[in-house]
Amino acid sequence: MRYIEPHGHMVSRTTDDYQDMVTAGCAAVCEPAFWAGFDRSSADGFHDYFCQLTDYEPKRAAKFGLPHFSWLCINPKESEDVALATDVIGLIPKFLDRPNVLGIGEIGLNKNSRNEMKVLEMHVDLAARHDQLILVHTPHLEDKLKGTRLILDVLRSDKRIRPERCIIDHVEEHTIQLVLDAGFWAGMTLYPESKCSPARAVDMLDLYSHERIWMNSACDWGVSIPLAVPRTALEMKRRGWPADLVDKVIYRNPIQFLSQCPKFKLP
Amino acid sequence: MTRQQVLDQYFVDARHKLIDLAAFLDRVDRSEGEADFRIAAFRTALKHLAEKKPHRAKRVLLSFSDPTTKPLAKATVKGATGAWPGKN
Repeated sequence: MRYIEPHGHMVSRTTDDYQDMVTAGCAAVCEPAFWAGFDRSSADGFHDYFCQLTDYEPKRAAKFGLPHFSWLCINPKESEDVALATDVIGLIPKFLDRPNVLGIGEIGLNKNSRNEMKVLEMHVDLAARHDQLILVHTPHLEDKLKGTRLILDVLRSDKRIRPERCIIDHVEEHTIQLVLDAGFWAGMTLYPESKCSPARAVDMLDLYSHERIWMNSACDWGVSIPLAVPRTALEMKRRGWPADLVDKVIYRNPIQFLSQCPKFKLP
Repeated sequence: MTRQQVLDQYFVDARHKLIDLAAFLDRVDRSEGEADFRIAAFRTALKHLAEKKPHRAKRVLLSFSDPTTKPLAKATVKGATGAWPGKN
């Protein structure tokens, strides 16, 4: 088995996780910027975080032979403070040329507030001006449907944005069709306590599409499983999926999307 | 997959989850306290399970969702509760 982990917060994980992922067939890991579990007090904290994502963490992954890529932004959970967000967004351009940076993400919404919307629009503008791929976080639980609709409105209203260069992550049964019908890529996040179980993810693949879709573990400092993608591949095999189709969903699909950034290359 | 294959692979697991739900509702009933919008939403969502129509998972998710379209004036918390309280 070979697979891509297109969304993992590896700064929160141990080296044991890197070993397990490589052993399971992981060929590359992509790490979007996210909330640290607490609010940073200044833009300086983000500067250091971006250095970690673009310098230190790739070296840590390389010790296990795993290519590491990253996405940069201020996470929606910290977007209520527009002044801070403006400062952080101002830092990002100087990091965009770093060799492992794939684009802007994970941007999006958390509680669907006006300030979060404003910061989302600033990120979208940044991505458009620098011709970057976009990775979007959709809100959790009861806020997901509304947030997904608002995010799609923001992306569709900016005519510079090409849907095929944006992935809307954390889709579930009530949002996947909205995303795919609008021409965007969809990400399914496999969580043990919320979002998708492996069985539900494979149901959605059966019901909706094998195209423009990927799966990720979004493993972080919370309850999450770094091997969620290969475990879901086992679920596909239990259902009799042909090996080539499993390979397409967990390996070739993410490569298809990520290769739109010329920096995404596998050894 | 055939019906037989689906049941062979998933029935015991689904049965386990169903009993967990039943025990959860018993636990809520045994506890003391105020009425809560979350358990009300939960009971509403349960009705979708008994419907003999496809897309039950989607309807359950929709029943917990905020159906409004206007952004909030301000985000005062970071977390989600799992059910829309009926107003923002």
